[in-house]
Amino acid sequence: MKHPYLRYLRPENVPTVFCPGCGIGIVMKALFQAFDELGYETLEEFVFVSGIGCSAWIPSPHILADSVHTLHGRAIPVATGIKLVKPDLNVLVIGGDGDIAGIGGNHLLHAARRNMDLMVIMINNQVYGMTGGQLAPTTPYGMKTTTTPYGNPEEPMDTCDIVASAGANYVARWTVGHYLQLKDAFKKAMEKQGFRFVEAVSQCPSRVSSRIGLSPADHIKYYLRNSVDIRKAEELLPEERMEKIIVGEYVDRNKPGYLEKIKMVMRR
Amino acid sequence: MNTIGKQVRLGLNGDEAVAYAAYHADVDVISAYPITPQTIIVERLSEFVYNGELDAEFIAVESEHSALSAAVGASLAGARTFTATASQGLALMYEILYIASSLRTSIVMALGNRAFSAPINIHCSHDDAYAARDAGWIQFFAENVQEAYDLTLIAFKVSEDKKVLFPSIVNLDGFILTHSVEPLTIFEDKKEIKEFLPDREAVNKIDPSNPITYGPLALPDYYMEIKKQQAEAFNSTPARIKEVFSEYEEFSGRSYSPLKKLYVDDADIVFVVLGSTAGTMRTMVKKWRKNGEKVGVLSLTLYRPFPSREVAEALKDVDTIVVMDRSYSFGSPGGQLYMDVAAALNKYGRYNRLINAIYGLGGRDFTPEMAEDMLHATKDPSIREIWVGVRG
Repeated sequence: MKHPYLRYLRPENVPTVFCPGCGIGIVMKALFQAFDELGYETLEEFVFVSGIGCSAWIPSPHILADSVHTLHGRAIPVATGIKLVKPDLNVLVIGGDGDIAGIGGNHLLHAARRNMDLMVIMINNQVYGMTGGQLAPTTPYGMKTTTTPYGNPEEPMDTCDIVASAGANYVARWTVGHYLQLKDAFKKAMEKQGFRFVEAVSQCPSRVSSRIGLSPADHIKYYLRNSVDIRKAEELLPEERMEKIIVGEYVDRNKPGYLEKIKMVMRR
Repeated sequence: MNTIGKQVRLGLNGDEAVAYAAYHADVDVISAYPITPQTIIVERLSEFVYNGELDAEFIAVESEHSALSAAVGASLAGARTFTATASQGLALMYEILYIASSLRTSIVMALGNRAFSAPINIHCSHDDAYAARDAGWIQFFAENVQEAYDLTLIAFKVSEDKKVLFPSIVNLDGFILTHSVEPLTIFEDKKEIKEFLPDREAVNKIDPSNPITYGPLALPDYYMEIKKQQAEAFNSTPARIKEVFSEYEEFSGRSYSPLKKLYVDDADIVFVVLGSTAGTMRTMVKKWRKNGEKVGVLSLTLYRPFPSREVAEALKDVDTIVVMDRSYSFGSPGGQLYMDVAAALNKYGRYNRLINAIYGLGGRDFTPEMAEDMLHATKDPSIREIWVGVRG
């Protein structure tokens, strides 16, 4: 029997290129389950846009839908251009932390501020994985990477905090260990207008898990143990907070999206 | 030959060789962003820094735009400054390339030559080096891992020289050199090279007790004079570059010159080439010589400033010149190196027959069969451009 979610994939690109134990497979399944539960038989109402990095390979070449594989960091502005011309399509950006929050961070900030009608999935493996595991702006303080062999001296950014404060309609973070919550966040985000951002914290077995001596499964367990619900996070001291992964919904609001706001201005 | 610096023989890939060169140059600031196939350079340098072996600041910035911007700041503040990138990274640095050269910084950049997107490709083309050709950076091309090491050290000495004060790019073919392990000779330690490359003495560095402004406004009343001065200064650098080549030879025993010639003097057909393919062409030319073909190879170690007079002088009596471009200049009369060679010959009153061979794009292997195709093309007087090793 054929797996029902294979209808969202290009059969010639299965199995995927991802390393054994990579969290991307979990994210893909959660996304496909969200499509399925929302009743999408095909993905012809979607356009996928990605930049450069492992996560950017999810739509291109795997997902059976239109996709544009753009430059490192530039998926969000390209997606903005597509959405303005094809407002009826769901435009979905998928990328990694280095791509979306690092080199493309300025675009992320401004798309959120504009409440642009886009959904962005950021898979956060906390390093630049595809180039070999270098320090990223999301690398936890003290973590060893290939460019910080004795630990990261910098403090990471909380991308969800930034996107929420910039004005996005929906912002949530889960780890790949929180499969159902992640799937529900995708579903919720897909149904809303404005800017929607879902971060999936994921293990990178090749560049991180192996370096810190964890199997992929143990790495997921580590994420689960170290996660704190956002509703309880306020009780944490700043130094405790730095060691934890804050999970949950950062914001869920229904401000008019950019396309709606343009219409409001036009009506004046 | 007696050399001054103590050296050791070992095996390194091109990226590691460049990292060792920057380490031996005792750089003060490294700012970089990860991009294949350059990444090993900065990974090794970060190890040297965090191991305490190299007293330098290593900053892992958020983009190549920031990497070169930080390098400009560091160089103006007086630091010996290094960065490394490739392909799209160089493209993202583009606007700062001109700032770095026009503010007369002494940055040294290693460029792991890689094709521009689209389609996405991580392998060798010379698109990135060519994109920087007009920006006022001195550019060297390494043919092998040894040259990648040597030219990086030479680049620091050249760029920081008071008669030069222009940044340098050291090109090494992506993967072919960046990731291939070759035997090479390097200095035993950074102290062995200190006499050749003492600590940087910056000119006009940022100094609060002597305030200066870098890069203010210059409108039509002054801009052109500034650019002419810059052009004169840039075009005068080869004299000093040649002196530095000689000084380096005294230290290392390895000699460099702007051009490398094999059998060019009596050749009827000469192939002009950049980078690692020069070695392949030398092998082929030696083979063809045995069959009675009067062929030669001219490769350029110094690509910018383009050694126009030397190239024209070397090629003036050659019947057919095949200029090999590992890139394509859409809509131009020919590839970028082709246009340089044609213009250099024209400048000195020569109008030889030129063929432009486009080869090796996006890392397509350049094989002996492809070299045979090029030689074959020279026999047909109607051929002016060929794409070697391409289907359809």
